[in-house]
Amino acid sequence: MDLVTFYILAAITVLASIGVVSSRNPMHSVMLLIVSFGALAGLYVLLDAPFTAVTQIIVYAGAIMVLFLFVVMLLNQHKEDDPEAMPASLVRINSRGFVLLSVLLAVELAVALSRIGITTFTTDAGAVASISSVARIGTALFTTHAFAFEVTSVLILVSMVGAVVIARREH
Amino acid sequence: MSQLTLADFGISQSLIAHLVLIFVVFQALVLTSAFMVWMERKVCAYIQDREGPNRVGPAGLLQPFADVIKLVFKEDLRPKAADTFLFMIAPIISTATAFAAFSVVPFGGETTLFGLLDQPLRLEVTDVNVAVLVIFAVASMGIYGIVLAGWSSNSKYSLLGGLRSAAQMISYELSYGLALAAVIMLAGSLSLREIVTNQAGTWWGFIPKWYVFLQPLGFFIYMTAGVAETNRAPFDFPEAEQELVAGYHTEYSSMSFALFFMAEYINMVTVSAVATSLYLGGWLGPFASGTIGWVWFMAKVLLILFFYVWMRWTLPRYRYDQLMEFGWKWLLPAAVLNLIATAALVIWLG
Repeated sequence: MDLVTFYILAAITVLASIGVVSSRNPMHSVMLLIVSFGALAGLYVLLDAPFTAVTQIIVYAGAIMVLFLFVVMLLNQHKEDDPEAMPASLVRINSRGFVLLSVLLAVELAVALSRIGITTFTTDAGAVASISSVARIGTALFTTHAFAFEVTSVLILVSMVGAVVIARREH
Repeated sequence: MSQLTLADFGISQSLIAHLVLIFVVFQALVLTSAFMVWMERKVCAYIQDREGPNRVGPAGLLQPFADVIKLVFKEDLRPKAADTFLFMIAPIISTATAFAAFSVVPFGGETTLFGLLDQPLRLEVTDVNVAVLVIFAVASMGIYGIVLAGWSSNSKYSLLGGLRSAAQMISYELSYGLALAAVIMLAGSLSLREIVTNQAGTWWGFIPKWYVFLQPLGFFIYMTAGVAETNRAPFDFPEAEQELVAGYHTEYSSMSFALFFMAEYINMVTVSAVATSLYLGGWLGPFASGTIGWVWFMAKVLLILFFYVWMRWTLPRYRYDQLMEFGWKWLLPAAVLNLIATAALVIWLG
C-alpha cells in the first residue's frame, strides 16, 4: 500500500516537473510546480515526516510560489519567447549551454539509476515518532544547527533589504 | 453456508461510521454557509433598521436556497480572452481548500452514538498531530484560487482585485501564524485536540481555563488577522463593490460565483472554529462536555460568526494602503511582542 502510494506520488512529481519545463504558458508552469511540491509533501508524509511536509506546503507552495506567480503576472507574458524571433547570436549561446546541461544531466541520471534499490518503510512507531517529532526538530535546529539557522535568517533578511533597495532606486 | 457480513470485505463498522461522519461534516459546512447568507442579510437588515428577507419561508429562512436556485439557473459566462482552464479551476481551488481546512478541526469529544458503535468515534474528520500547521498550510493554498481568478479573467478590475487580495492575505498570514505560535507555546502541542483538552477545568470554580484569558492580545491579533485573511470587512477592499466592481470575481457568474461565495463563508467558519478551539475552549462547556460538546462548539462558533457579520455592517472599510500599513506596522510588531511576552511568562512560570 505504501509502495503504491509512493509510485503514484513520485509519478506525479516527475510528470509535473517535466510539465514545468515543457509548458509554453508561464502560468501553467507555475501551477505545475505547485502540483509537484504538493506531491513532494505527500512523499514526506510517507517518510513519516509530517512536519516537513506541512512546512513544505506553507513555505514553498504557499509563499515562494505566490511570489513566482506575482512575477509572472506582472510580466504579463502569455507564452514563452519565440526562438525564431531571437537574434542568431543568442540562439547559438543558448544551444551550447543546453548541450552542456544535457550532458551533465545525462551523467547524473546514469549515476542515480545505477543506485536504485527498494527502500523498506520502517514500521517501528517509537523510532519514527521520536525522530520526526516537532520538539526534536526544534531542539536540533536551535542547538546543533543554531549557526546555520541564524545565518539563513540573515541571508533572507539581506535579500529582502536588497529587493526593497533595488525597487526604490528605480522609482 | 454462513452469512457474508460487511466485515468480510474489510469494511469495518468504524470505517462506515467515519464515512458517515465525513458526509455529515461536509453537509454541515454547506448548510452553515447557507445559514450564514441568511444571518448576514437579517443582521444587516436589523442594524439598518429594517426587516430583511421575510417572504421565503418562515422569517425568510429559505432565502439562501432561493438564491442558490436562482444562481444555478443563470448562464455560466466566460470572457473570450480568459485562460479557460485556470478560469474554471480557480473557484474549485478556493472551495476545495476551504473545505479541506476544516478536516482537522475537532468539534466534540468521543461519542458512541448511544451505544450503536462498538468503539467510540472521535468527532473530527482526522486527527493529525500537526493540525495547526495543516490549517495554516491549507489557508496559504487558498490564496491561489483568488489570484488565478483575478488573472484568468483577463480584466483590469479582476487582476487588480486579485493581486490586492493576495497581497493582503500573505501579509496578514504572518500575524496569524505568530498568534498561533503563542498558543502553541502555552499548550505545548500542535494538535488541536490536545490544545482543547488543555483548556479543561476552571479557576476559582467559575472562570474556565480558556486561553483567551491568558492571551487577550493574542486573541485580538488572531481575530483581526482572521478577518483580513477571509477578506471580510473592514478588510474587504479587494472585493469592495464601490471600488472595483466586484474585484476578483467580477467576471464570474452562476455556480462559479456561488462557489466563491461559499468558499468565503466556509473560510469564515474555519477561522471561527479554529479560534474557538484555540482560545475559547473548543467543545468544553459548563456541563456534559463529553456528550453534547458539539453543541457548545457550535454555539461558540455561531457567536464568533455573529461578530463577523456585526463588524461588517458597522465598521467602515479600510483603504488598501491603510490596510497594508496596519498589517505590517502595527499588527505584526504586536504579534511578535505577544510571542516574546508569552515565551517569557512560560519560562518564568514553568
